[in-house]
Amino acid sequence: MAGTTFAKGGIHPEEHKELSERLAIEEMPPPSQVVLPLSMHFGAIAQPIVKKKQEVQEGEVIAVVEKALGASIHSSVTGVVKAIEPRPHPTMVRCEAVIIDRDPSAPPRSYEVDDWRKLSREQLLARIKEAGIVGLGGAGFPTHVKLSPPPGAKVDTLVLNGAECEPYLTTDHRLMLEYPEKVVEGARIILKVLGIKQCVIGIELNKADAINVMNKAAAQSSEKDDTVVRVQGMQVKYPQGSEKQLIYSLTKRSVPGGGLPFDVGVIVQNISTTMAIFEAVSMQKPLYEKVATFSGRALNRQANLKVKVGTLLSDVVEYLGGTKDLVKIVSGGPMMGFAVSSIDIPVTKTTSGVLFLNSSETDLGEFGPCIHCGWCMEACPMGLSPKEVGLYVEAGKGHLTEKFGIFDCFECGCCAYVCPAKRPLVQFARLAKIAIKKRG
Amino acid sequence: MIPKPDWAVSVSPHIRKGTTTSQIMWTVSATLAPVLILSIYNFGFRSLIITIVSVLSCMLVEAISQKAMGRAVSVKDGSAVLTGILLAFVIPPGVPYYLPLIGAVAAIFIAKELMGGLGYNVWNPALVGRAFLQASFPVAITTAWIAPQQLAKSAWDVFLSPGSADAISTATPLSVIKQYGITALTHQFGGLDSIYWNFFLGFKPGCIGETSALLILLGGLYLMARKIITWHIPVSTLVSAAIVAWIFGGQTWFSGNPLVHVLSGGLMLGAFYMATDYVTSPTLKSAQLIFGVGVGGLTVLIRLKGGYPEGVCYAILLMNCLTPAMDEWFKPRRFAPPKAAPVAAAK
Repeated sequence: MAGTTFAKGGIHPEEHKELSERLAIEEMPPPSQVVLPLSMHFGAIAQPIVKKKQEVQEGEVIAVVEKALGASIHSSVTGVVKAIEPRPHPTMVRCEAVIIDRDPSAPPRSYEVDDWRKLSREQLLARIKEAGIVGLGGAGFPTHVKLSPPPGAKVDTLVLNGAECEPYLTTDHRLMLEYPEKVVEGARIILKVLGIKQCVIGIELNKADAINVMNKAAAQSSEKDDTVVRVQGMQVKYPQGSEKQLIYSLTKRSVPGGGLPFDVGVIVQNISTTMAIFEAVSMQKPLYEKVATFSGRALNRQANLKVKVGTLLSDVVEYLGGTKDLVKIVSGGPMMGFAVSSIDIPVTKTTSGVLFLNSSETDLGEFGPCIHCGWCMEACPMGLSPKEVGLYVEAGKGHLTEKFGIFDCFECGCCAYVCPAKRPLVQFARLAKIAIKKRG
Repeated sequence: MIPKPDWAVSVSPHIRKGTTTSQIMWTVSATLAPVLILSIYNFGFRSLIITIVSVLSCMLVEAISQKAMGRAVSVKDGSAVLTGILLAFVIPPGVPYYLPLIGAVAAIFIAKELMGGLGYNVWNPALVGRAFLQASFPVAITTAWIAPQQLAKSAWDVFLSPGSADAISTATPLSVIKQYGITALTHQFGGLDSIYWNFFLGFKPGCIGETSALLILLGGLYLMARKIITWHIPVSTLVSAAIVAWIFGGQTWFSGNPLVHVLSGGLMLGAFYMATDYVTSPTLKSAQLIFGVGVGGLTVLIRLKGGYPEGVCYAILLMNCLTPAMDEWFKPRRFAPPKAAPVAAAK
């Protein structure tokens, strides 16, 4: 199979997936305490509906978003609310969080599968909303909102993102290998919610085993209804899993700048999200557990772990035997993930992986002047001019960079990856966007 | 207040490709070593001494200028070393030993550091050095040629008795063509085949690093294989030079000898090593093709119609002037830009 790909640009970073791709998903024993930040994803900060010293059950709603865009938060353990106070947060530095002490004697909650096919579209959406599902790929956009496109939108294709093009991360790979039926059933639930018939699952060719397994699962379940779920192999090239690149790769449709996937009739869902949707609908299980890759060579043992949302990274590190020569902790993949400053931050719904990088894996060196090699322009999948943006920002003219299409930049990091002068081109791009917004 | 982080924090991406600016500079420099070795064989140890003086001068001038301007001293990045090598390669082997030092001041202090340092210079520093020397020392730069020893002695003799300034003085093929026409050159080398062969291998009078088309080609192909340069500028330069030479180079139109022009003078070195300089050439491939066409065409036009026998240096410097404008005109094609394009913000 040749594999499809996106229109231009892209890079081939070292994959580092060999550290964890063969390790089966392992359930980490629940920690004695969980920290559940009230802001875990895109949208408004949730309001707590529990009080200090209140007993809560595993899966019970502890915070809600009443009017604005957002999603509910559920307790990931059975126990007692110890405090509601600000705690270190992956992106917000500090954020109000509900801290729950786990009751060690409480048995884990179990869920039964029932047939989702008898439910109506509205009932399906309601279950997704109740379970607090958000996009688990990164930004965490509330899924029930994403699955309710505006009336004018003519969506005809569901795209499942199994690219997992970020180095190190193997979460979606393992989920597809170990729970292919859940993923495919999840896809059919989404098809029913959207009232469409067609789903393409895009998987990079470096996951040949996952392509096989998913092909079989898709074929087996296709007898149940008239929907078509198809697996498409894609070239191994970063950023194959970025929304616009993925859509182009699989459907040859181009989402225009400033547009959304449904402008070209597509909705994209991540593999983890799709599985969470299956569990939310079929099992009525809220989203409070997360499969994430814990990798990087500073970690004594790498693993694909199923952890309770709210588990502190320090607990995970202890469970995995500690670290050596740790210089940087990254939440997410190494290309687009963010460096975190503290190990006392919790795993959230959108944590797809946490990398513990040693001094040989990450470069903390200084950057030099732009030598105009043009490699960034060749690597940019959007056809922008990162070097120009960088020079403008350095000259204090970041507000003049709109002509380079700076708002099409989704900060994939290809430019900075290839830059021989090691210039922080993503940072320059962010500064340029801020400068333009400031000028109004 | 933001607490002090326990670990390194920085904006993504957190992994980088291995290649660095200084690796590029040192790699390009290393590919020029065979050219220098042949030059020592041809013209004696003068070639080596002049190259060393030029490299050390460039490093020294860069260090002093950077110190004086309060910049971080970046001599180790290899950029000044490469400029030093290229400067030595475009001057004749018979010049006085102090000449490269003067060229280095023009190349590094005036053309590079005063312009803002690496990445901000408009003109190729080595060529500015060469142009400065040509204007200031016209006699030395245009007459200090040495005949390759290969033509007179055996290889072993060359090794034992390296050439010196008072070795057989001669004229470059291009000045022979300029003054007496191509038949005189054919006579001198004993036939066209001999011209092609000697020029291709590098046994001809000329600047220190400009003689061997073969070795420059090999170095250039290696740089292409390493993806440090692409074919666009060298190929468009050489093709354009060949076409212009064919059209205007003969007694009548369309009767010139393209191969002699491509293989002589500094065209090969210029096409592969000077015109491809990242900083002073356009970034986009389409613009690079036009840039190369300009370099090749202007080179041959200067040779044929201008006052000097050789035109590569000025052709590249002239095209360097256009680089900022070409970078402004040629932008990469964007993937799916917004439908209603925002009004150009170029206020």
